Amino acid sequence: MSARVRWRKFVSAFMLTLTGICAFVAVAVLFFILGYLVFHGGSSVSWSFFTKLPAPVGETGGGMANAIVGSAKLLLIAALIGVPIGFLGAVYLAEFSGGSTAFVVRYAADLLNGVPSIVIGIFAYSLAVLPFKHFSTLAGGFALGLMMIPITLRSTEEFLRSVPNTLREGAMALGASKWQTIASVIVPAAYRGILTAILLAFARVAGETAPLLFTAFGNRFWSPGWNQPTASLPVMIYTYAIAPYDDWHRQAWAAGLVLLGLILVVNIVARAILARGVAVPRS
Amino acid sequence: MQASARPAVPSNFTLPGTTHPTREPGPSLPLRMNISNVNFFYGTKQALFDISMGIANSKVTALIGPSGCGKSTLLRTFNRMHETVRSSRLEGEILLDGKNILAQDVTALRRRVGMVFQRPNPFPKSIFDNVAYGLKINGTKIPLAEAVEKSLRHAALWDEVKDHLHKSAYELSGGQQQRLCIARALAVEPEVLLLDEPCSALDPISTAKIEELLVQLKDLCTITIVTHNMQQAARVSDFTAFLLMGQLIEFSPTPQLFTTPGDPRTEAYITGRFG
Repeated sequence: MSARVRWRKFVSAFMLTLTGICAFVAVAVLFFILGYLVFHGGSSVSWSFFTKLPAPVGETGGGMANAIVGSAKLLLIAALIGVPIGFLGAVYLAEFSGGSTAFVVRYAADLLNGVPSIVIGIFAYSLAVLPFKHFSTLAGGFALGLMMIPITLRSTEEFLRSVPNTLREGAMALGASKWQTIASVIVPAAYRGILTAILLAFARVAGETAPLLFTAFGNRFWSPGWNQPTASLPVMIYTYAIAPYDDWHRQAWAAGLVLLGLILVVNIVARAILARGVAVPRS
Repeated sequence: MQASARPAVPSNFTLPGTTHPTREPGPSLPLRMNISNVNFFYGTKQALFDISMGIANSKVTALIGPSGCGKSTLLRTFNRMHETVRSSRLEGEILLDGKNILAQDVTALRRRVGMVFQRPNPFPKSIFDNVAYGLKINGTKIPLAEAVEKSLRHAALWDEVKDHLHKSAYELSGGQQQRLCIARALAVEPEVLLLDEPCSALDPISTAKIEELLVQLKDLCTITIVTHNMQQAARVSDFTAFLLMGQLIEFSPTPQLFTTPGDPRTEAYITGRFG
């Protein structure tokens, strides 16, 4: 074997190893985080974690029932804002607009997607907290809803675009109006993808902390109605993690584990929906 | 295909546009559509040049020509599907039963002029719902089940699907899907049925079935078919129009166009010297 061939074989083997290691590290990070969370928080995840209010300082035990319910309420409001606007906007982008309008809207949505979440938080604070002089579930949901709009919009648009044009033509050739075509053919053909997009947007904002810090704020008790400050899992993790008590740290780990678990479940459900196949076979 | 079994159109029948320098014009047939002086543009690029031709009632008219000659473009102007293309522009006049289609409501027009596309494009719905679609969006009062059965029978698909009407249309074979699309188009009882290379994605057996069907459907509606397959045009059509680079070169009764073409370019094309 000449020196040249030996050198090439060495480079080839070296690069293969390097890329393999990097790929492994990328995956390992997730499992490392998961393992770390289970290690630190697994013991604190118990029935009372899901059913009890946080214990007063100095007492051990207690749970985060109020934060779990608070997160659910926040996400509900976020969905009520983000899903319709994102979905209908995507229908407009994919089916009606062309040329420069679409470009501007798409670009703006991408920019909005890139706005740091803390900035979204300040914006929601000045719009939904300052005028009412108090923090509220509504304000937190509003902030999260703002974040959901561009995520839902862009991915829904992609799925609508992937519906073959021949289906649009088929419906229109039967005398269907544009709206009939969209409502009865295009959206049903893309519904699995759209559902997945919405679930992923959900999972994404479920873990957001910064927009909630000064909108939903936090609460150590139940938050009745929609107009009071409310606890939420991400903010609870933040508060508990920076507190000087060991028991709180364990609870923060547990909350992290529960939150990640919920997001994983949503992700897996979304993938499963997609894996059942797109309604329209790609040709 | 029993081409000889169907009543042939006398070779000297004339329609608007049947230009044949060497023959005397003969008697005319009743027209379903009349196309006059149609020019068509994609942006600044002209795709059709001054096309004039008549579509005879209850006959099959074939549009043939090499790729890019404008035959599909011409067909798509008949139900204004060309309007889905941005920056396209149509000049001239297209009459359906004597009325200009460009002045009509486009959805109403498309219910009268149905279309079947190159690739089968069933909707992601059941077989039944596919056929019923056109009726449903028109808010029909007639019983759907009967209408669906009738259309599927017309499309020679009923016997194959009658036991699983509620299965997804995607479980059918390609040829069955295309016949389903024909049934879907027939369900709204169009006066004209446009077919844009309906067999190009199908195997020979499915193709034969659809050709057989087209000959039978003549009693129901007027048919215009675009095909790149000259044998197919010869087998199923009564009139054939040959287009080349956006121009109508020759338009005659089918037997005549294929046996004694009047233009050297037609002869060159049908004998396979180009295309």
